[in-house]
Amino acid sequence: MTQFFDLWLQYGPLMLAGLVTTAWICALATALGLAVGLLLACLQSAPFAPLRWAVRSYIEIMRGLPILILLFVLYYGGPSIGLRLSAEAVGVFGLGFYGAAYFAEIFRSGFQSIPKGQIEAARMAGLSGTQIIRHIKLPQMLVMITPPMVNQIIILIKESAVLSIITVAELTKNTTQFVNETYAVIEPYLAAALLYWLLVEAVGQLGKIIERRVRF
Amino acid sequence: MLALIQDNLPIMLWGAGMTIVVSGVAIILGMPLGLILCFGVTSRKPWVRRLSRIYQSVWRGTPILVQLLIIYYLLPLIGINVAPILAAIVALTLNTIAFQAEIFRGGLLAIPPGQLEAARMVGIRKWAARQHILVPQMFRLVIPSLVNETISILKNSSLVSVIAVTELMRVSQQIVATTYRPFEIYIAAAVIYIIINFLLSLIGRMTEQRLARRA
Repeated sequence: MTQFFDLWLQYGPLMLAGLVTTAWICALATALGLAVGLLLACLQSAPFAPLRWAVRSYIEIMRGLPILILLFVLYYGGPSIGLRLSAEAVGVFGLGFYGAAYFAEIFRSGFQSIPKGQIEAARMAGLSGTQIIRHIKLPQMLVMITPPMVNQIIILIKESAVLSIITVAELTKNTTQFVNETYAVIEPYLAAALLYWLLVEAVGQLGKIIERRVRF
Repeated sequence: MLALIQDNLPIMLWGAGMTIVVSGVAIILGMPLGLILCFGVTSRKPWVRRLSRIYQSVWRGTPILVQLLIIYYLLPLIGINVAPILAAIVALTLNTIAFQAEIFRGGLLAIPPGQLEAARMVGIRKWAARQHILVPQMFRLVIPSLVNETISILKNSSLVSVIAVTELMRVSQQIVATTYRPFEIYIAAAVIYIIINFLLSLIGRMTEQRLARRA
């Protein structure tokens, strides 16, 4: 029994450190994904057709690709075209640009939910394109897109487990180290599952709070 | 570079076949079980509802990679020695059940409750009504979501490479290990994944139109 506790005392901090790494990588990737996603969604209604096609194909390609292969191309394939990034950087950029395609679709559905008449009225009143997005579209669509956005962030957190395969020392990687060094197999992974589940639940609750805030 | 792809294409396509088999079996096995879980989630008995909800919450709230590792290591511990490919199929199936149940629930909500009440009134048993009245309509409603789930399982099946199932991802890794050309090989694998997923969404759109015409 004491042996059991010793084991967790020894490896517990390692797993928590992994959880922290998972959290900050996901936070950065979400911020990057939201920014790029919003940009993509705006470009999708650009007047220049080739630009629209480029954005559309970017979204379709990203959505048809397993995240693992994107990470492999960046991490193992990158150096052969002169792109050298640390595993963590590949994690943030990979997850960010991957998530951006999904966030772009969510933003697009939000933009579409705003009645055309409002945009026309705003234009008549002399608002510029960016002003319309900033003051008319975004505040209204925030109500509608918050639930799917939170959902997508949760998916991103779960996808981040894949970063263990490209050697990022996040929760799954550190748990695997625990497993490899102690031969205790099931308990560490169950603990990892529990930690992920707690993180995901926390984000879900945070989403509910934001949902209440943006409602008007 | 062309020669490199040409040399390795047959074995990569074989890997892609494995990818399709593993995810296809999981999706098809997951359908009836997902339906049952869907009726569990919408059951009138509170304990059935609660148990179904817990199952869903656990499988939807943890990374599929962790689920895969737990299944892979757990099965031998409880005395079941299976090939990695079976562990992979079990893990993917148990995962997709939770997601498919939620998809079916969405379809169920879209069917007017009056239909089931009317069926019960004329004396059709609950399970017969589900089978003949609810399920056919639900399927038509949820095809787009089911195609999305299939694509998502197909993408997630790349993770089973971790437990040494030789599907597309694993085959690519093996080729890279001998050729040292990661960029070209992984891009080629990416293209194969995209083509499969493109075909899937095409098939989805076609069945959708077919069913819409019949309705």
